[in-house]
Amino acid sequence: MKNNIKLYAIAMLMSLVAFNCNNDDDSISQPMGPDFSGTYAQQDQMGRPAVNTVFVSSGMKDAFNTTVPSNQNASFQAMFQNNLEALSPAYANPGDTNALGLDAGAFTGLLATDVLNVSLDGTTTFFDGTNVLTGRALADDVITVELLLIFGGEDFSENPGLSNDNVDANDKAFLTSFPYLASPW
Amino acid sequence: MKNTKFLMAAAIVAIATFVAIAADHIDAPAVQGGTSDITDFYAFQGENTSNIAFVANVQGLLGSGSDTQNAAFDENVLIEFNIDNTGDNVEDLVIQAIARDGKMYVFGPTAPSQTGLNSTIATNATNQLVVDITPYGQSANVESSGGMMAFAGPRDDPFFMDFAQYGQIIAGNATSFNNPGADTFAGTNVLSVVVEVPKSMIGGTGTINTWVESKRRQ
Repeated sequence: MKNNIKLYAIAMLMSLVAFNCNNDDDSISQPMGPDFSGTYAQQDQMGRPAVNTVFVSSGMKDAFNTTVPSNQNASFQAMFQNNLEALSPAYANPGDTNALGLDAGAFTGLLATDVLNVSLDGTTTFFDGTNVLTGRALADDVITVELLLIFGGEDFSENPGLSNDNVDANDKAFLTSFPYLASPW
Repeated sequence: MKNTKFLMAAAIVAIATFVAIAADHIDAPAVQGGTSDITDFYAFQGENTSNIAFVANVQGLLGSGSDTQNAAFDENVLIEFNIDNTGDNVEDLVIQAIARDGKMYVFGPTAPSQTGLNSTIATNATNQLVVDITPYGQSANVESSGGMMAFAGPRDDPFFMDFAQYGQIIAGNATSFNNPGADTFAGTNVLSVVVEVPKSMIGGTGTINTWVESKRRQ
């Protein structure tokens, strides 16, 4: 019996060490690690910049934030297309496309699944004139890219007053090394 | 689009549905202005081109000084980078970051115990590290382990846009942006989590689909 108790105590101790001290295991004095238990439920999500802000109708924004990406196209693509065609009516004309060659259906089909595509094989940029949607770098002028794709027509020449906010860079220089973002103001 | 005249009135109506413009700042009623409000997400090749850096920013529009000084990561909010490397837009790997007592704990990349809207923290992940959250005004604390790097703390908001003029367009007071524009986010800070991992940990080659989530403890 004594040996069994001893074994049990050792087993308890080992389980405490192995599981890094659960809160309810309070019989033995051990340094307690942080408590990471519990379930965490989604509140916000984001893939590409400004997608929820621009393409999701008021009243649906929280729903968009709590729909898994694999279900977003089915639930939101039609809304995206309606909002795009209202925003930039040229898209409502059959055959009209943006500079990526995407018409309203194809463009919103891409955007409704709000994930950021990132290449593991080279340049990572939202758009740099050559590479398209291979990542998002800090210096990418994503708003102008999106304005151009919404308003700029097939060759980026249409609606020039709405296709560029003329803010092309950050207010502080980024760092070449980790953590890359500039120190705070 | 060449044959169509742009209809400003229709655009104004449509644009008016925007709650607020920004990358994802204050994008939806349930999160705006709160500790789980994601302002931005970046993913790019690191200085070491064998790595990818992930950036999640939360709690935007912090002013210089006490506003930033008093901002803190919410210990009940999990920041989770999701990585799909099989092309189905379902996460195969997650990198989880959560604050505890002045430190940011990073777990992953690791396969999540469950995909979707609810998460538990992968404390048994092989890949993990802990970094002291950098206090406002101090140089960046960076922790490295197993080829990974992590940072957490206040940073300049890297987002830039002329939101003020955009507002004028929405209000019907202007018909175009100014040139040059003025960066409305100039001089404002965010709370940042930056995690850099070897590409070999997240698929090695090809294209990943990635997004960031904030999740609150229930």
